[in-house]
Formats: sequence, structure tokens, C-alpha cells
Amino acid sequence: MRVKVTVVDYGVGNLLSVCRAVEHCGADVALAESAAQILAAERLILPGVGAFADAMKALDQRDMVGAIQSYAQTGRLFLGICLGMQMMLSESDEFGKYAGLNLIPGKVVRISSTDVNGHQHKVPHIGWNQLVYPAKKDGTHWLGSILDGLSAGASAYFVHSFTALPDNPEARLADAVYGGSLLSAVIRMNNLYGCQFHPEKSGPIGLKIIENFIHRCICF
Amino acid sequence: MKNVRLIARLDVKGPNLVKGIQMEGLRKLGDPNEFAKRYYEAGIDEILFIDIVASLYERNSLYEIVRRTTQDVFIPITAGGGLRSVDDVRTMLRAGADKVAINTAALKRPALIREIAETFGSQCMVLSIQAKKTTSGRWECYYDNGREHTGRDVVEWAQEGVELGAGEILLTSVDRDGTAKGFDCQLVGTVSNSIPIPLIAGGGMGKLADLVEVVNEGCADAVAMAHVLHYGKLTVDAIAMEAERKGFRKGRQFTNAR
Repeated sequence: MRVKVTVVDYGVGNLLSVCRAVEHCGADVALAESAAQILAAERLILPGVGAFADAMKALDQRDMVGAIQSYAQTGRLFLGICLGMQMMLSESDEFGKYAGLNLIPGKVVRISSTDVNGHQHKVPHIGWNQLVYPAKKDGTHWLGSILDGLSAGASAYFVHSFTALPDNPEARLADAVYGGSLLSAVIRMNNLYGCQFHPEKSGPIGLKIIENFIHRCICF
Repeated sequence: MKNVRLIARLDVKGPNLVKGIQMEGLRKLGDPNEFAKRYYEAGIDEILFIDIVASLYERNSLYEIVRRTTQDVFIPITAGGGLRSVDDVRTMLRAGADKVAINTAALKRPALIREIAETFGSQCMVLSIQAKKTTSGRWECYYDNGREHTGRDVVEWAQEGVELGAGEILLTSVDRDGTAKGFDCQLVGTVSNSIPIPLIAGGGMGKLADLVEVVNEGCADAVAMAHVLHYGKLTVDAIAMEAERKGFRKGRQFTNAR
């Protein structure tokens, strides 16, 4: 039987690419437009582009905030992509202070407009960047995760101006280096995963990550 | 380290991939979806589709091409040409585009840039600028494939675009487009160093040295290529290897993904 992946549809952005990538990796896709559909999901993806506050408001207007929080407690797999990953945290500094889904304690802050040497660099961080092991971590942390089978140096497509800072550094599974600083690229807590980059736009590496999420991933 | 993006630019007219010289004298080259897929498989970083007649005839056949491309191309897709409203942009994003490139409509009504950025985020609002050199040594903004001039200064318009919320600038030199004579590095450098957002340089790529020059001297963050790829003058692989060798692009490791 084919695995079914549910993608949260709250009226923003490009859902088609996520759906196509999931289908390409051998799963059926359903869109969730209601709290009930979220709660019934086997595997749930929360995509997102745009501004944090707008996206949280759009979830709230559809009564999806509580549903996603309840889903996260079931132990079933969850993947937040880009803004969807940032919304997993407790709060964001984007244009004010806004509460997130609070699935993983921590906050979302703006990427510094200067690099580690104090030189101006361009924000947003747009383009392909390599996944690296966070401090004190190695490839063994990726085994059984959505990064299973990949090694440090694999590239993924990023586009973001804000970055997630989980309170517990253990939640960081992979980082990316931008302007000499480490940014969270993949975060994980138990059954919950978040990717700052777009796996559905990251070629064969991204498809491998989605395939792991569908077929191989085990919960911690 | 800089990590320059290599972008394949596909100009379309109706269902066909086309290419001209200085945006005139278009030749049909084939099925844009086939070209996009080939470049994806060869390791290009992004695909850029521009419907070059949509603004002239007020119609848009690009939605279907984008929709088909998302079936087997899993890298970012930017689409532009004839998009005039937030609703047009929404339809294009729903068709599978990640970003939209806006030129004519933004020149006619700059507030559109802000509306798109506020509705969908700056990351999907690419301000497309067609630049022609003037006798005074500056550059002027054009539209309708370099036919219509505006009197607007390119650098000032790029800066205004940033303030209105553009996430990237696609800067095409009309003088160099399709000529394979190299980029207008003076233009690219002047604009890139006056804006805090990424700049995509287009118009003129003919050989590997052109790429190196526009990155090193023009400070381009990304390079859009058409002619040189479509006519098979250089392969994506050769371009990517040169960029890596010169130290401004990280090699994209795909080997252990299968």
C-alpha cells in the first residue's frame, strides 16, 4: 500500500512543487484544508513562504494551529519546510514579536547583514549551500533521519532572511555556513523535522530527503 | 566564499523556446520543457522562463509550460513576461513557479512590487530590468524587449525596487543580449554594488572567461545564460567546473543521493 502524505494548504505559495516531489518519491498526496484533515494525517508536511506573522494568521483563521500542535503529539511524522520550519519554533522577531507553533522551543531571528569579519553581505541568503554537521556532531546523527544516506557537503536550495535558533542545540541536525556563521539547516525533535531549505527544489538530494521522510525515517 | 548561481534562461513565444539577438530576430529552437529538463539533469541551479511576447499581446501561455516543468524538474523556477497583477502572480505560483520576474507592469505601476512582496514575500519578487547604455555613460530602463524606453535611470530604479520590496534584481543588458560578446560588467558592477540584495546578470555570455569576469568584476551573485546553452556552445558541466575552479561556486554534490 502506498504511503499517504498530507500537505497543509492554508492559502499561501507554491504547493504544487511539494506535491509533485512527494508523488515522484512514490507516495500519494492529499491537501489538508481543515483541522480534521490535519489530525487524520499519516505524515504531515507544513510548507510555507512569505512572512511569519501572515502565515501564522492564515493557520489561525483556519483553526489549524491547535490541530498541528495536537498532530505533533501523536508521534506521527511531521516536516516543516522553510517558513513552515520556522513556524515550528516558539516565536519570531520578523517585523515585531509573533508567537509560533511552539513545537520546538526556540526563536527565529534575522540573519545578520554582516559576515563574521564585519563586512556587509547580501540578505536574503539565496542559493545552493552545503549541509554540514553542527558542532560536536557527525554522520551517525543522520542515520535513520531524513538525512540518512547523505553525507556532509550535500547541497540544498535555500532562500530565507530569518533563521531558526532552537534553545537546545541538540535539535540541530544539520547546519549551513553563510558569511562564516552557522545557520540551522535541518532541525529535529522526536517525530518532528524541519528543513530551512526547500527539499522539493533541491534536485536529487532533496528528493532523497523526501523519500526518507516517506519511506525510511524512524522516530526518535 | 561567494556561491554563484547558474541560471538557464528560456525565452518562450507561445509553445516554443526562442532566442534573438538584442531581443530582436527571434529563432525557434524547440520545446522549452525538454530544454528545461535537460539543463536540470545536467546540474543547472535554476530555470528562468520569460514569455517575451506576453506584454505585447496581453496574453500568457506560460502557465502551462511551468506546470509541465514542475513534473520532472526539481529546482527553483522563475517565470515572467506579461504578469500585471497580484492575481496573475498567484496563478503563476499556483502553476508551480517559485518566483516571478516583473518588468513592464512594475515600470507602469511601481506599487505592484510592494503588493507582490507583501502578499507572497520578497523572496518571490524578482525585479527584471532591461538596460541600455545611454550616450551620457549611464543606463536607461527599457521594456517590451528593449523597444520602449522610459527615461528612468537603471541604478535609481534598482534602488527604488529594493525599497519597494524586491528580493532580487534580474539585470539584462539589451546591448549585449544574444551577442555572446560578454557581459556589460560596468553596468552589472555599478548596480550590484548599489543594492543590498542579490543580482542576476544576463545578456552576453559567450565563453567561460565572460562568466569569470562578470562575477569578479561585475560582482554578480547569479548569472543567467541563454544563447550559449541553447546553441550548445558550452555545457552546464563545463560552466560549473570553471566556476568551482575559480572558487566562486561550491560544487553541488549529487553522487550519493541515488
